[in-house]
Amino acid sequence: MEKAIVLGCSAIGAGLAMIAGIGPGIGEGYAVGKTIESIARQPEAQGDCTRTMFIGVAMAESTGIYAFVVALILLFANPFIKQL
Amino acid sequence: MDGVGQGPRVVFELFGWKCTETVVMGWLVIVIVAVLCKVLTSNLKKIPETKRQVIAEMLVKFVNNTVRSNMGEDMMAYAPYIGALLLYALLGSLISLVGLRSVTADFNTTLAMALITFAMITYTKIKYHGFGGYIKGFCSPIGFMLPLNLISEVATPASMAFRLFGNVAGGMVISGLVYGALGSLSAAIGLSFEAGSWAFNVFQVGIPAVLSVYFDLFSGTIQAYIFSMLTMVNVAAGKD
Repeated sequence: MEKAIVLGCSAIGAGLAMIAGIGPGIGEGYAVGKTIESIARQPEAQGDCTRTMFIGVAMAESTGIYAFVVALILLFANPFIKQL
Repeated sequence: MDGVGQGPRVVFELFGWKCTETVVMGWLVIVIVAVLCKVLTSNLKKIPETKRQVIAEMLVKFVNNTVRSNMGEDMMAYAPYIGALLLYALLGSLISLVGLRSVTADFNTTLAMALITFAMITYTKIKYHGFGGYIKGFCSPIGFMLPLNLISEVATPASMAFRLFGNVAGGMVISGLVYGALGSLSAAIGLSFEAGSWAFNVFQVGIPAVLSVYFDLFSGTIQAYIFSMLTMVNVAAGKD
């Protein structure tokens, strides 16, 4: 019974953790949109713009990736089961 | 949850040391890279005659140009390492296209690569500022920023390792879940034909390939590029 509650709550927690995916989604969308704007304004700067955008997008993605790692730990390497 | 994990399987055990799939695939990638280098660079001419020399020159030029524009002319010594890192991360992710397990879907691999980057950042800082300057850099701009600077120092390799691992492992987990769900779906509608222990599910044909194009091909390539890009930017940032 206890195990079932812990497992169920962990699954809910993993789902809640992935709400963090909203933030990086919005942020990356802004970054890509601004990059396209600047490329449209100055097509010759495409290489530099794209490279900088990739770095920025990768940075913005970190929080989403952290949330994802938390969700993975809750699902596949649950630390609470061992404490029962 | 036992037996549900997506971690690497243990291939064999030698005197208590567990050799996982990641190690085997890692060595496979190393062999592929070595053979590729040998084949591409054999019998070089001053004016390229063969197709493979053109390809080799293209690869080397790409890496050299990227390193030059991101790190500057005085750090061109890093170009071979960046090229090797890019090839290893790229092939390590793309190896999942042929049904093998990605090397970079194991946190140990990505953490090892990120720790090498961390060592290079520290080396660059000490080289350009001296050991005293390196220690002093933690207390800039004022003394009480020390804890924050220490955290950001550790966060760099940690976030790099988690980013590559999270993307590749996430793609793997989602592909596996969708594959299983498609199997259940075809069984529910009655489109599953069983032949002994092997089952043929109609929906499992073709549909997972679309996911594979995104998660394995696109995501793997972009993340390998981003990892080497961040390595370059962070090491070059150690100069100032």
